Amino acid sequence: MNADFNKNHFELFGLKPSFRIDAARLEAGYRELQSAVHPDRYAAGSDAEKRVSMQWATRANEAYRTLKQPVARARYLLSLEGVDTQEETNTAMPADFLMLQMEWREAAQDARQAKDAAALDKLSGTLRFEEQALLASLENALEDRRDLPQAALIVRKLRFLAKLGEEIGDALEALES
Amino acid sequence: MALLQIAEPGESTAPHQHRLAVGIDLGTTNSLVAAVRSGVAEVLLDHDRQPLLPSVVRYFPDGQVVVGRAARLNQAEDPKNTIVSIKRFMGRGVADIAKYGALPYELDDAPGMVRLRTSAGVKSPVEISAEILKVLRAQAEEAMGGELVGAVVTVPAYFDDAQRQATKDAARLAGINVLRLLNEPTAAAIAYGLDNRSEGTFAVFDLGGGTFDISILKLSRGVFEVLATNGDSSLGGDDFDQAIASQWRSRLGLLDARDTRRVLMKAREVKERLTLEDAVDGEVDLSLGQKVRVHLSRSEFHALTEALVQKSLAPVRKALRDARLTVGDIDGVVMVGGATRMPHVQKAVGDFFGKTPLNNLDPDKVVALGAAIQANILAGNRTGEDMLLLDVIPLSLGLETMGGLVEKVIPRNATIPVARAQEFTTFKDGQTAMALHVVQGERELVSDCRSLARFELRGIPPMVAGAARIRVTFQVDADGLLSVSARETTSGVEANIAVKPSYGLGDEEIANMLKAGFQHAEQDVAQRALAEQRVEAARLVEAVEAALKADGATLLSTQEQADIRSAIAKVHNVVAGTEHRAIKEAIDGLSRTTENFAARRMDKNVSAALTGKTLEEIESK
Repeated sequence: MNADFNKNHFELFGLKPSFRIDAARLEAGYRELQSAVHPDRYAAGSDAEKRVSMQWATRANEAYRTLKQPVARARYLLSLEGVDTQEETNTAMPADFLMLQMEWREAAQDARQAKDAAALDKLSGTLRFEEQALLASLENALEDRRDLPQAALIVRKLRFLAKLGEEIGDALEALES
Repeated sequence: MALLQIAEPGESTAPHQHRLAVGIDLGTTNSLVAAVRSGVAEVLLDHDRQPLLPSVVRYFPDGQVVVGRAARLNQAEDPKNTIVSIKRFMGRGVADIAKYGALPYELDDAPGMVRLRTSAGVKSPVEISAEILKVLRAQAEEAMGGELVGAVVTVPAYFDDAQRQATKDAARLAGINVLRLLNEPTAAAIAYGLDNRSEGTFAVFDLGGGTFDISILKLSRGVFEVLATNGDSSLGGDDFDQAIASQWRSRLGLLDARDTRRVLMKAREVKERLTLEDAVDGEVDLSLGQKVRVHLSRSEFHALTEALVQKSLAPVRKALRDARLTVGDIDGVVMVGGATRMPHVQKAVGDFFGKTPLNNLDPDKVVALGAAIQANILAGNRTGEDMLLLDVIPLSLGLETMGGLVEKVIPRNATIPVARAQEFTTFKDGQTAMALHVVQGERELVSDCRSLARFELRGIPPMVAGAARIRVTFQVDADGLLSVSARETTSGVEANIAVKPSYGLGDEEIANMLKAGFQHAEQDVAQRALAEQRVEAARLVEAVEAALKADGATLLSTQEQADIRSAIAKVHNVVAGTEHRAIKEAIDGLSRTTENFAARRMDKNVSAALTGKTLEEIESK
């Protein structure tokens, strides 16, 4: 395989591996890359060109998606450092976060059973607030303190929040239809 | 240093023949074909100077097929053999279309997709749609005076894999080379965006004859990025006609199929007139000579169909949520599809977004026009460097896991092309095969999702339960079509799998349909294959020669250049012959020989694209 395909996601867009990222530059880099490799550019090309173009465009989409979302970006940065976030296997959480988890789950369940859209919205707002706080401490752990195990723990917490957020979204959707 | 060639403004330096490519809007009610001529996208008219071809196909016992206005006008004569709104049957089984109520057709529940028993034989929705496409193709070739190199065919954004594949199959059956399947709201956005030079975040509300789509797009400097899409592939103007008709029918009592169709035709006419009139009086002539008076006021109509309008707003809310936006973030709302002419639809959408919807382009034509612009670029008539479409898949793709649950592999609204791999393991000691079931949809239970394909991975080396690593890769291409592959990674055993679609049509079935369409079957099929291979050979040789001219000297060794030239010569040697298999072999040989070259050219393009930014980075340091 060629060298460019072995670049990491950051290098692909000409960026330095970092959690702090210039969103505008990422987007500009993505668009320039897609403009060069997108299958629409090769619709009149040979089958080989079409195939290579699809692989590259797929790769560009994957890299962009990963770097655009902060949690995915953190997970990816950690993987570059050889740290597995163990989101499926490691369920150990500090006691205070476990308490919060249970509280939120109960609140979500109650609101869903009562078909209370306002309560679901409120909970969703609480989770977003919590998410912002966790993202700030994630940035701190990755960039300033270089505490990678701590960063992995925060990613696991954010993963829990995202899952609960999805469930609330589904519940709201069910109420609407 | 080579001298630079300077061409006349507006002329290309290497003038090549303009390639004839069109955009086709294959609609539930009407279909259109459009093309870019002299730099302007326009709908191509038929013999009667009409832009719209009614999507109605009538079969006669002698095998004759009539498509379009004549078929629509006389549909009540023979409803069983006059097929309307076939788009609603594409990629669907009998159970799916039960919701449309009593239909006058004789249906067969073939595996995957319903079949219709007509007086000209059993027809699949793919064949019936192909009849419409054949007419459009002939119309385009006559209007443009030559054979088409290909077409961009539009599909509802919310069409799933089965419906998309069925559409592509129909085009293939009609002898059309599909350059791309393009989502209808995206096509409309191209036409609007380029016309109005719009920038910002737009919602495209597309209510057609039988399908509903909502797409949220970000437009900036020629990039059309779909942020989210949603919809209902069984909601459209047809349902408004049915609502009126069923109210009248409940008053009229039992009707036969012909009278049912007459009432429905009148319902459509009354609906259309209510866009401008406050109330409409009409008369339906029933088959036994009775005349029935019908009346409907606009307010009655609105009350009767308010639930349908509300039904369209739920997907709008979902799309906004998926895009992580609120109505306040939307800069403009574009209305597409004939059914958006209804005043209460306009009002509901306007109220929802708090903005007057844009409808300055004809809602019937805008999709075909956008498709034509895209076709012109894809055919290579324009570089298209100033335009980039980033579209998404509408529905999540997943695999069945234990207990009938779905494991999502690619989430909805992922930008295409996209690939994602997931690892699975064995459940029993010594297990050597694994059944994979690919589904599409948002629900947790397999039974609530659409089954796309089932296949078996065989030849897994016997191991203890949980030791094998089966890596299943989903790849969705730029048409939004899925392919799946699987392999066992610990042993390196690459088990080949054949995806056996549980929907749509196999290659063999298509070949049989092609045969059935010709009188001297065998010979004509061979001739057609020969013609197709010659076109393909010419296309490939042209593409490779252009690539050699541009980059051959810099990217290839002398030996590599010679190898490619000899592979081209092999194609030239057989292309005049009558053996389509020999041509195919030579084409495949040339394709293989150019694989490395294609990869290197892509690397070069990627480096060129990134150079500007890297410099900028160096400067900023």
